Parts: sequence; C-alpha cells; structure tokens
Amino acid sequence: MNAQKTLPSYLEQSDEVRARFDRLKSRDVILKVKALGKTFETRKGETVALKGIEFETHRREFLCIVGPSGCGKSTLIRILAGLETQTTGEVLLEGKPVRGPGRDRGMVFQGYTLFPWLTVKRNVMFGLEVNNAGRLEAERQALQWLQLIGLEKFADAYPHQLSGGMKQRVAIARALANQPRILLMDEPFGALDAQTRARMQAYLLEIWRKIDITIVFITHDLDEAIYLADRVLVLKPHPGEVQELIEVPVPRPRQMGQFISEEFLATKARLEELIYSSEAETEEGDEPYPVMMRLAEAGDNVE
Amino acid sequence: MTRTRWFAVHAELSPRARSLLGFLSFVLPILIWCVVSYVPAVWHPLVLITDPGSVDYFQPDMRVDRATFAQETADAKAQGRDLPQGVAANPIYLPAPDEVLRAFYTAFTTPPESRDSPWLHQSLWHSIQVIFWGFVISSIFGVPLGILCGTYSPISRLTEPFIEFFRYLPAPAFGALAVAILGIYDGPKIAVIVIGTFFQQVLIIANTTRKLDGALVEAALTLGTKNLQLLSRVVIPGILPDLYRDQRILLGWAWTYLIVAELIGTTTGITWFITQQARYQHFPNVYAAIFMIGIIGLGTDIVLAQLGKRFFPWDRTAKA
Ligand SMILES: Nc1ncnc2c1ncn2[C@@H]1O[C@H](COP(=O)(O)OP(=O)(O)OP(=O)(O)O)[C@@H](O)[C@H]1O
Ligand SMILES: [Mg+2]
Repeated sequence: MNAQKTLPSYLEQSDEVRARFDRLKSRDVILKVKALGKTFETRKGETVALKGIEFETHRREFLCIVGPSGCGKSTLIRILAGLETQTTGEVLLEGKPVRGPGRDRGMVFQGYTLFPWLTVKRNVMFGLEVNNAGRLEAERQALQWLQLIGLEKFADAYPHQLSGGMKQRVAIARALANQPRILLMDEPFGALDAQTRARMQAYLLEIWRKIDITIVFITHDLDEAIYLADRVLVLKPHPGEVQELIEVPVPRPRQMGQFISEEFLATKARLEELIYSSEAETEEGDEPYPVMMRLAEAGDNVE
Repeated sequence: MTRTRWFAVHAELSPRARSLLGFLSFVLPILIWCVVSYVPAVWHPLVLITDPGSVDYFQPDMRVDRATFAQETADAKAQGRDLPQGVAANPIYLPAPDEVLRAFYTAFTTPPESRDSPWLHQSLWHSIQVIFWGFVISSIFGVPLGILCGTYSPISRLTEPFIEFFRYLPAPAFGALAVAILGIYDGPKIAVIVIGTFFQQVLIIANTTRKLDGALVEAALTLGTKNLQLLSRVVIPGILPDLYRDQRILLGWAWTYLIVAELIGTTTGITWFITQQARYQHFPNVYAAIFMIGIIGLGTDIVLAQLGKRFFPWDRTAKA
C-alpha cells in the first residue's frame, strides 16, 4: 500500500454541512427513544438484546443504524414498529407512546413480504383499503405511487413476476402509500446484488427528497449507511447499546462519486474502528474461534 | 441431444416424458391383467367344460380343477368312455378385460333384477349425493374451525388435543349409533362420512394455516390491519391455494368411507349394486362398478385441479 494521506477528522464539518445539521436539529422531534431495553427469555436463560437505548430523530431526517450481527438492530426496529414489546423504557412518536403496530409507522422488511395473491397495484392499495379509503381513491393513489417508482407498467402483474429489486420498490410504495410519519427499513436491500442495490439506494434518496418522510434504515453495509444517512447510530453488541451517534459530514445531494471523498473515508474509518473493536471484544468474550482441521489434501498454491 | 437424467432427485421431466409415464402407469397394470386373462399358460388353474363327455357330474360351462379334469379324463380313457372336453380358464371372480369393458356398457342398459330396485345410474347418483352432503357438512364446520385453530393458539389448544384423540376412533364404529339416532336411510351414511372427514379436516387445515408466512401477517400489521381484517384479508387469501389442495385430498378420503357408509342401515347406492351383482356372480359388473368409482373420483380431482389453476393464478406451487 502507498503511504496514506492522513484524513481529516470525521467530526470536521464544512459550514454548509453544519448549517444543514442546525436546520435539521431545529425541526420537531418525531421519534424519541427513552431508556429502551429488551430482554428475551429463552430456555438457556435470559438474553439482553438491548439496554438503555436513547436517541431522537427529527422530522425528515434519514437515520441509519449499523452494528455487528446480533447487536439487536432488528429487535430495535421491531420495537419501533410495535411488532415486539420492550422490557423497559419508552418509544414516543410525536410525543405519544407507541403501543402495537399502526399505520403511522410503515415498514419494509429484508425478505419479500408483498402479498402474493394481490397484483402489484392491489398490494399498494392494501394499506389504504384497510384504513377505509374508498376503492377508487385508493386506486388513484396507488397508480401515482407506481408512477413514482416507475412500475406503472407492472400494475397488474403478480409479485412472483417481478425481480427482487422491483419487489422491494413496490414494498416501499406500499408502505408510503399509507402516508406514515416514519418509514422503518430493516436491511431492505440486503438480498439484492450490488448493482441493483446501488440503483435502489439512489431511488430511495430520490423518494425521500420528494416527500415528507422520516426514515430509519438498518444496514450492515457501512458505505450504504454513509451514502444514505444524515446521522448514523452505531450499536455495540451484548448487550446492544448505543456506541455513538455520528453526524455524516458528506454534503448533499449525494452521489456515488463521493465514496472516495475525504469526509466519506474519514467517516467510514471511524465506523470501522467502532464496529471492529466491538466485534473483536465479543469474539474473545463468548465465541472461541473454531480450530479448523484439514479435511482434504490441499496444495500450497492458493496463497 | 442431451440425455435427460430421469433418476436425478426431483428430476424435471419433459412434458412428453411425463405424459408417457402417466400413460404407462395405467397401461402396465392393464397389460398384466390381459396376460393373466388371455395367455392360457399363465395361471388358468381351472378347466371350463365345453362337453361333459361321459362324466356324469360335469356340465357345460362348469369350472373344475385342472387335477380333477385330468383324473376324470384318464379314468374315461382307461374305461374307453367318451372323453370330456374343456379349455383352460380362470376362476369366475377374475373376468377378462373385454368382459369388464362390455359390462361398462351393459351394466347401464340391463334393467334391475326386480322392478322396484334402482338402475345403475340411479345407484351411482345416490352415492354421489351421499358423498357430497357428507363432505359439505364436514367442511361447513371443519374449514372455519381449522382456520381458527391455525390462527389463534387458545382455540387450538382448547380443541386440537380432543380432535387428535377422536380421529383415531374408526368412523364405521359409529354406524350402529348413527342408525339409532338418525334412522336407517341416508342420515347415518352421511354421518359416517362426516365423522370420517371432519376431524382430519380440522387438523390438516389448522396445520396449513399455521404454515402461512408470519412476515406477511407482520407486514399487514404495520400497514394498520386490525383483528378480523387480518383474518379476512391476509390469513384466508394467503392459505387459499393450499386450503383448496387440502380439500381435494380430503374429498378423496371421503370416497374411501363411502362403501362402509352405504352398508349402514339399508344398503344403498353403488354398494347395493355391487353386493347385488356379486350375489348373482356377475363379476364383470362388480369390477365395472368398482372402476366407475375410481373414474369418478379421479375425474373430479382432475377437474378440480384445473379449476384451481384458474382460481389461483398467483400460486407458484401448483404444478401440472
Ligand atoms: N425471539 C427471540 N428470542 C430470543 N432471543 C432473540 C430473539 N430475537 C432476537 N434474539 C436475540 O437478540 C439478539 C439481537 O438479535 P437481532 O436479530 O436484533 O440482531 P441484529 O442486529 O438484527 O442481527 P443481524 O445483523 O444478524 O440481523 C441476538 O443475540 C438474538 O439471539
Ligand atoms: Mg437483523
């Protein structure tokens, strides 16, 4: 490797970026998480998945949550969605405590969860219909959403006729058609190949710019987190706790070209530092690295 | 040309190979039946007397053991009497394919033995009605209960252990009881089919319902779906193709209870026809009637399978 130029600190922000953050933080707090804890009772005893989680999200903010596998990211977002109940603490959405799932919080899952028996259009209409919008009104709005995600040609197709990326676009439209206050996404692009994923990220930013929506986005891809987020919440495992809330100093609008900018690299270096240190800790802690036996004759020409 | 590997696990067969094999699955058993019937060297343990000769207890069209026939022939020869004549034959309970094939037609055109008994098509129609009502009554209660059990754990725990026990009780054992309660006509027959179907139905459908992808339910919840809507808009449409498949299998089981059910009280329907024909030793008719049940059953299932493809265009598991 070449001698590296020393990077600026990830804490350094240009005036423009700082002004943006000031504006962001002056907006209303939409989501407030207070002393949130979750303990799972299992046969082998208790697992503390989350402990003392505190953070706030402002209106129209894009928050990414990263952390090593098993640190409780999914548990956290499921509690926010109301699909799981916390053991301690509180989640407040616009000041009101969250109890159970509701249409004010949309969710996009990693797996494909479009209803296979409904056409693409009917999938997007689903939330509106169960919330008593008229059939015609629901249809009109659904078609608008399909236009926004560029899939109006597939309105009458069934989900099994779509590619993975298209399915996730429809899932996003389905969640947004319900006009939630906040969109929760748990590794929504995790199952997609690299190119589709990049395209989906750009799509998502585009949608986010166009409508009034706050996004909480889980990923384990650090590039993805920095590319998308205003702020990145870093969790550490066993128990899942907030390690740091990082303000991403990369200016908007974001482009793929920024992946090699100094701010980007500095932020990534910091995230890596946080995540690898916590990963190393756990590996020493409870999972001894398996000693691998040689099972077959191997030449010495691979390394 | 690439050779198809027929014996790879779960090998995909070409449509031609599939229909060829499907055709063979019927042709092979029929071929065996033909060989046993038409090749005198195969089996044929009896001799059908054509001319009794001097043997006084032989009569034309009588079937005797090959050994007896040989003995009598030898005796007659020794004493210089007329020799009996005969051809190798199978027992009367194994008619040849052509006889059965003819019976498929003649059974419908032959008037019943006594004037007030039903024709074959009337018997068949009666059987179909018994099956139909048995299955419908079972489904009216079994399908909703199964769906509720598969959806709500308390209902499942409250009912399934007992149903699990009850399904081991043989349905025909309730025949006498059913007659005492419901009389001797169709009531007890339908009851036996209901008892035979219902308990399996609840358990199978509960299981199918439980296999619904939980993520779909969660997705619906986050879209603001509540309580009963969850059942009507997610659970039921989500399991519908599988439910339909279950119902097809259960209908097949209902048919297997038919014969026992029809023996209860006054024997009726196709069972009455079969027992009657067996009594007069019209075995080709007996076989024809049995095969008719098979043809009706398989025919219904094929029609239902085709309709299923129409009903559920999104269903990926549906294969030909
Ligand atoms: N239903 C459950 N019962 C018991 N333990 C659970 C349950 N769900 C999660 N856990 C535990 O809680 C911890 C956090 O799990 P979670 O799925 O939230 O992690 P994650 O950060 O989403 O991981 P990944 O990046 O692999 O998706 C893990 O140790 C897991 O074993
Ligand atoms: Mg997860």
